[in-house]
Amino acid sequence: MKAQDLKIKEYCRISNNRVLLNAQLLFEDLGGDFTTFIKMAYKKMDTNYPKFFKMDDLSKLGFLASDILLKPITQDSEKPKNIALVFSNSASSLKTDRKHQESIVDKENYFPSPAVFVYTLPNICLGEISIKHRLYSENSFFIFNHFNAGYLHDYASSLIKTEKADEVLCGWINCDVEDYEAFLYLVSTEGSIAHNKEEIIKLYTTK
Amino acid sequence: MSDLKQELKEKIITQLNLEDIAIDEIADNDSLFGDGLGLDSIDALELIVMLDKDYGIKLTDPKEGKKIFESIEVMANYIAQHRTK
Repeated sequence: MKAQDLKIKEYCRISNNRVLLNAQLLFEDLGGDFTTFIKMAYKKMDTNYPKFFKMDDLSKLGFLASDILLKPITQDSEKPKNIALVFSNSASSLKTDRKHQESIVDKENYFPSPAVFVYTLPNICLGEISIKHRLYSENSFFIFNHFNAGYLHDYASSLIKTEKADEVLCGWINCDVEDYEAFLYLVSTEGSIAHNKEEIIKLYTTK
Repeated sequence: MSDLKQELKEKIITQLNLEDIAIDEIADNDSLFGDGLGLDSIDALELIVMLDKDYGIKLTDPKEGKKIFESIEVMANYIAQHRTK
């Protein structure tokens, strides 16, 4: 398997209160805040996973974008798929970290929430996705200043070339107080889009 | 006591983010864990925090929670007997 033989099978973007699959609009709700939007998107996508509502915003975002790409592959398969997860962002789990910090700052009113605390790591998002889709695969969550197409390309190519994974779900899941953005793509031996740095940047920047 | 049970149902749904469950779907004797409401270990820790924060009850041994959180009925009885606020 040569790196140039790999393809981008499908890609998903969730940002600006819109959900797109391969640049096709699946859902939009331009009026609401993130909480309202992601709940409506969850229902529209027929996700049907009650634990979704217990997740923090970063996990909700990553979970929903992943589910759109993985559900058609994993839902009817009895055998677990070897799909690696390679995610990245710049804010880590900062939004939830702040929420936790607010609950412990006052020593007279010190009631940290266990349900908040468990999400004070960005890779918890990967665990939620792995549980839902029965993935026992490689996973990594990198923190970059900006979207790093070259790094993701090399890492995904390496995982498939060394047979650590059959496919790799890659991308950027970022969530902070003011903004959120999900861009995920599935690297595979199938598909019509070349898997190279230029194409990844093109897909990422076409919003 | 019925007010306390109602209050507990509301708190559990809100604080544990049980989005798809309505108050009237929770019977007083339903199991909160396992085949009942299906709460998990993190939910159990949240309930321990809730007892402390809202009712002034500190559980020093988390194993106590297994009995106390059996159902709304059991929880309400325990809170009524031990609450400090």
